[in-house]
Amino acid sequence: MNRFTMRLTKRVLSMALAATGLSLLPLALPAGNAMAQTKGGTLSGIVQPEPPILVSAMNSQAPTQYVAGKIYQGLLTYSPDLKPQPELAKSWTISPDGLTYTFELQKGVKWHDGKPFTSADVVFSIDKMLRDVHVRTRAVINKYMASIRAVNDSTVEIKLKEPFPPFISMFETGTMPMMPKHIYDGTDYRNNPANQKPVGTGPFMFKEWKKGAYIKLAKNPNYWKAGKPYLDELVFYVIPDSASRAVAFEKGDVQVLRGGDVDNVDVKRLRALPNVEYTTKGWEMFSPMASMLLNERKPPFDNVKVRQAVMHVLNRKMIVNNIFFGMGKPAVSPFSSTTLFFDKNMPEYDFNLKKARELVKASGVDVGKYPVKILSTSYGANWDRLDEYVKQMLEQLGFKVSIESADAGTWSARVSNWEFDLTTTYTYQYGDPALGVERLYVTRNIVKGTPFANVQGYSNPKADELWAKAGSTMDTAERQKLYSELQKILVTDVANANLFEVEFPTLYRKHVKNLVTSAIGLNESFDNVSIEKN
Amino acid sequence: MGNGEGQLHPSAVVASPAASVEQAVNFLSFLGARLGKAVVVVLGVVVINFFLIRMAPGDPATVMAGEAGAGDAAFVSQLREQFGLDKPVMTQLGIYLKGVAQLDLGYSYRNHLPVLDLILDRLPATFLLMSGAFLFSIVLGVLLGVIAARTRYENRRRWIDSAVMSGALLLYATPLFWLSLMAIILFSVVLGWLPAFGMETIGAGYTGLARVKDVALHMILPTVSLGCFFMAVYVRLTRASMLEVMGMDYVKTARAKGVPAGRVIRVHVLRNALLPVITFAGIQLGQMAGGAVLTETVFSWPGIGRLMFDALLQRDYQLLLGIFFVTSALVVFFNLVTDVIYRFIDPRIAAGGKGATA
Repeated sequence: MNRFTMRLTKRVLSMALAATGLSLLPLALPAGNAMAQTKGGTLSGIVQPEPPILVSAMNSQAPTQYVAGKIYQGLLTYSPDLKPQPELAKSWTISPDGLTYTFELQKGVKWHDGKPFTSADVVFSIDKMLRDVHVRTRAVINKYMASIRAVNDSTVEIKLKEPFPPFISMFETGTMPMMPKHIYDGTDYRNNPANQKPVGTGPFMFKEWKKGAYIKLAKNPNYWKAGKPYLDELVFYVIPDSASRAVAFEKGDVQVLRGGDVDNVDVKRLRALPNVEYTTKGWEMFSPMASMLLNERKPPFDNVKVRQAVMHVLNRKMIVNNIFFGMGKPAVSPFSSTTLFFDKNMPEYDFNLKKARELVKASGVDVGKYPVKILSTSYGANWDRLDEYVKQMLEQLGFKVSIESADAGTWSARVSNWEFDLTTTYTYQYGDPALGVERLYVTRNIVKGTPFANVQGYSNPKADELWAKAGSTMDTAERQKLYSELQKILVTDVANANLFEVEFPTLYRKHVKNLVTSAIGLNESFDNVSIEKN
Repeated sequence: MGNGEGQLHPSAVVASPAASVEQAVNFLSFLGARLGKAVVVVLGVVVINFFLIRMAPGDPATVMAGEAGAGDAAFVSQLREQFGLDKPVMTQLGIYLKGVAQLDLGYSYRNHLPVLDLILDRLPATFLLMSGAFLFSIVLGVLLGVIAARTRYENRRRWIDSAVMSGALLLYATPLFWLSLMAIILFSVVLGWLPAFGMETIGAGYTGLARVKDVALHMILPTVSLGCFFMAVYVRLTRASMLEVMGMDYVKTARAKGVPAGRVIRVHVLRNALLPVITFAGIQLGQMAGGAVLTETVFSWPGIGRLMFDALLQRDYQLLLGIFFVTSALVVFFNLVTDVIYRFIDPRIAAGGKGATA
């Protein structure tokens, strides 16, 4: 799915950013133009690859989140600068000691089957269901949550064992979707028949899923926000071939393309069509970071100077502009620039062959003695080119490099079990470094069994201490100081060879309004999206 | 194909009435023997695939953890336990075979649905595409093959033969996905005549005849694209086989006794020339029953090929085994049908082989 690059000159890029910036201006005043929005219409998008299930509590794949975001809602959503915004919770407070979170729920919210949504559903979702089935969320709940209780029908109180400020960043629909207690409680969650006909509180209800063809959602007439949603229907087509997806957009059969739906070459062509809008916004919550994982358990990459040499030998500007067609920017720190507590003042690794050679020499490692195999991901042509480029450049330093390709299952199994020398991939950051970045670097996360832990085997007690401290400090300025220091350490140690911040383009027809408005972008509920008639 | 001993006219073999009883018995014992073999073959396919699939690195649990972008070891082992992957492999095989014997193909934990439901859901689309492409390729292929052979043999309008054969060669050599994409660009993007993807118009709510027409329109591009390659094969096979038979003595006899040219071609030549074509038709049907992954992918056709492809990438063992089971059963079935048709078209096979044709 991740073939999302495109060729672009810098000038076009900056023009486009200016243009999208302008077109998004009205969105800053949603209340003002809400009256003018047109009702009715069907919005069509693409779901790629076809998800196995539409219950985001049980499947974290991007296409699942995209569709399920319209059906299930979270307590909060997030503005592009990652500030929490009301969703199913209309207000919330965090006690000064950072241990007690109190959520006041919206009134009059109903599940799609007509049953009222109450605090009991929230308690059930977080305490029972997500704790069991949600891969990412369960880890945090198990580690930090002391208790959760319904104070009354519309108030929920969560107590933590220790302060964990990133907790407030975890309430969007993909991370903590609210699940109906009356349907799931006491059942085998994974075999519940409701998984085939999801019931949520969102603006759109599940209508039909013809496997291999399309998923259809219909307007929820009893949606709790009066007068919304504007659209009558959402259709997500299953179109497995990227060229065919481009044709479908070009013909107008679909009006929205998610990042990765079409190939780089097509993005440029489609963007040039009349009445097509383009944006890279709406990914702030995820901020995918492309990195090269070097297995630091064995030579040659156990040596920090060798890892630094690897950073110097890669022209990361070239990687972004030529291999990924401008869709991204070179990484400055292990934190993406849109992630909280990002610090731009980091030691720099410029493209410098001479320096790279000197570093290899200084390391005393005979790099030619340790053949390196690049474990190639199955993300598509751009990533294959990246691996080929890395091979070429490393060979210039005297490495003996070969590439072996793997499909998703093989890759996952190999990386989870640390059976690799070098591999390129990307990871989501989830807004707060303690949620999305920490897991890749702390010593306690050197565990087999998952490809998105500290698989490279980086271990630095000083960094571990900083992670622990920063993750539990309530004061924002103090947290920033700790994270700045931490970022410097990770960059100096080359804890991971972070390459670039991946940008995903969203293409859509101009008459589609309010499409991308928040940090979770297309995973939003779409209750404010409309299609202008002309 | 070539039937060794002397090219008799088929009708010469149908002999005395007593022989027809013997023939019927013959046929039944042939059918019984073949069905017995079929069961063994399908069982073998299932068992071999069972082990083959498990040789690929990674399992459904690791794939799911990988897709989620997270996952702790406890979570992964919990999944494995739920999928039954923590049991010894031989036990798993036993459980699976026992299920298959009761026509229970298991449960796809990934799709949260029984495997049989998933497969049955896709079979109609597969059969539709398959029969469309099959009819298109065999009818047009044989027709063009006959025309080419005839113009060549009669040495009149030889250019028709050359044109047909060059066209067939071109189609034979063209990659399927490229042909499909070009067809989409021409017929749906540039000309706008035909829909570019899917099996019907979503949300149009057509019923009855309107729906049939809608599906038929959606079928044209995938059917033709998929059928082109096979059509080319039929053209070449038919033409070669026709030319061979046209040189036979009994054809000369037929012409000498004044049978009209058209009848000679239809009755005397084509019927004898069809055997290799039928052999290939059986192969084609078997092949298409396994799904046409490329065509289904390019045209977003919800057939079984893509289901299999996705199941493979996701290491959905149960689903994959289920698909292998169903498609291998279909292949065996089509082979059986081919053999039965042989016996009708050329009774010599039944008379000579006594059910031994394989």
